[in-house]
Amino acid sequence: MEILQAAFQYFLKNQSAFWHATRQHLVLSSAAMSISLLIGLPVGVWVAHREKIAQTTINIFNVFRVIPSLAVLFLALPYLGLGFTPSLVALSFLAVAPILINTYAGLRGVDRAIIEAASGMGMSASQVLFQIEIPLAAPAIVTGIRIAAVEVISSATLASFIGGGGLGDFITRGFALYDVPIMLVGALPVALLALLSEAFWTLFLRLYRKPGH
Amino acid sequence: MEEPVLTTPQPIHDNEKIPSAEIVCEGVTKHFPGGAKPAVDHVSFRVAAGDLVALLGPSGCGKTTLLKMINRLYEPDEGRIWIGKQEIHTLPVNQLRRQIGYAIQQVGLFPHMTIRKNIAVVPRLLGWSREKIEQRSQDLLELVGLPASYLTRYPRQLSGGEQQRIGLARALAADPAILLMDEPFAAVDAINRERLQGELLEIHRKLHKTILFVTHDVEEAFHLADKIIILQAGKLVQHGTPLEIIMQPQNAFVEELTGANNMLRRLSLFTVQSALEARRNSPAQSRPFPEQAVIRPEDDLRSALAQLLESSGDALQVINASEELLGELKFEDLRALLVEGASRNQQPEQDELPHH
Repeated sequence: MEILQAAFQYFLKNQSAFWHATRQHLVLSSAAMSISLLIGLPVGVWVAHREKIAQTTINIFNVFRVIPSLAVLFLALPYLGLGFTPSLVALSFLAVAPILINTYAGLRGVDRAIIEAASGMGMSASQVLFQIEIPLAAPAIVTGIRIAAVEVISSATLASFIGGGGLGDFITRGFALYDVPIMLVGALPVALLALLSEAFWTLFLRLYRKPGH
Repeated sequence: MEEPVLTTPQPIHDNEKIPSAEIVCEGVTKHFPGGAKPAVDHVSFRVAAGDLVALLGPSGCGKTTLLKMINRLYEPDEGRIWIGKQEIHTLPVNQLRRQIGYAIQQVGLFPHMTIRKNIAVVPRLLGWSREKIEQRSQDLLELVGLPASYLTRYPRQLSGGEQQRIGLARALAADPAILLMDEPFAAVDAINRERLQGELLEIHRKLHKTILFVTHDVEEAFHLADKIIILQAGKLVQHGTPLEIIMQPQNAFVEELTGANNMLRRLSLFTVQSALEARRNSPAQSRPFPEQAVIRPEDDLRSALAQLLESSGDALQVINASEELLGELKFEDLRALLVEGASRNQQPEQDELPHH
């Protein structure tokens, strides 16, 4: 309890720094999510229709996920330097994999007979994609986005190590000063953000699902 | 009762309304990569406008492949296909497909769309007005015998038979020139299948669509079709009316498929109408049969009935393996057994044989 109280005291004293860090955290996370969506969704759709190269592509993006996020940050350091940009790049790579894999799996999971019925009725390839395949794959795709969002929000704390800012600053500071309350001022809001994002996408999925599913 | 107006001319986009059309295939051949033999091998036939024709054969005979070449889900390696006067490869593929109703096995309804949206797919692609689509959807539901309240439901909320009806309504939505059906009733239970078959016949009678449907179910083909096209290993082996196919099977395969040596099976493939026609067309011919045919006691009564029908006499001699005469079996005996046996709990057949 005392620790929480101390954390709250620290928060009250450093409000402007806290809100600045939170804003940085959110900007970094949303930017990384946007980039990974812009890469993951089209590539996922593209490989779902090209079975031969699908596995290779997925493996390549999976490698980025297997490498620890911190290592990606440091590996990017010599090329991208310090600060916001390398953090953004590293986080984007991290999030592409789940989005891409779920998009691919979701689209592959759509019943072939339904797709053939749609083409057989005279829908063009893009009409089949947007009116049939993507709506039917949406639950899987949204699940991928949800997983990616949680990973990005929690991993964004690491950006602090290379000067990317965000709520991770409180965690690294607390760590350096051996001060648990300061650490909590960073850790608790990050956990809260991750939970909120999880709840948002779950709700989104529930609203999307119709009796047809 | 007034029938829904379904065949009134409806300007489809800027095309003319499409009347029922004939389908002509000429030397159609399709190889699949890796297949030793062609899946469809130089198949030629003509389906007259307004006919209901079955593509019949065992699985793997190429019937579905052939059907899918007509709406260009597959492209033939050789050969040409016409719908009406139009060679199908001279049309943009989606324009062709929107003129062809397509109903498939397992329904193929889009699970994320309401029945209304499912039915409206092709009319929407053709750019019909909302009012016209709405009117059409209601007419179609009436045609397939479902209440208009179903329009707001999703496919999963309907029974299998109801889904199949919607599949048919959807295929008919834009009043297509022809209707292709791929094992349309294979996924429904026997009772619903029979009902749906009856409804298809009724719809065909009302709308006179050219319907080409794929089936492996011999009885279904004979029950529904005006003409039957039989495929064996990618080749067309026989094309004719059900009667022609039963009376003059082209080869042993057709004979076996239609159960030519199985009287009851054959009986089940005939309609009273076709039997009457057969009698008018050909004078009764008597085949030489022994005065009294012979049957073993262990044979079943179905073959006994078959033998009775085939023999010129009205009784069969029942003779056991050691050539002893056990008695005679007559039509009356079978009838008596079937009628009385049912009320007396079933007893072994041989006990019921009269001994003279």
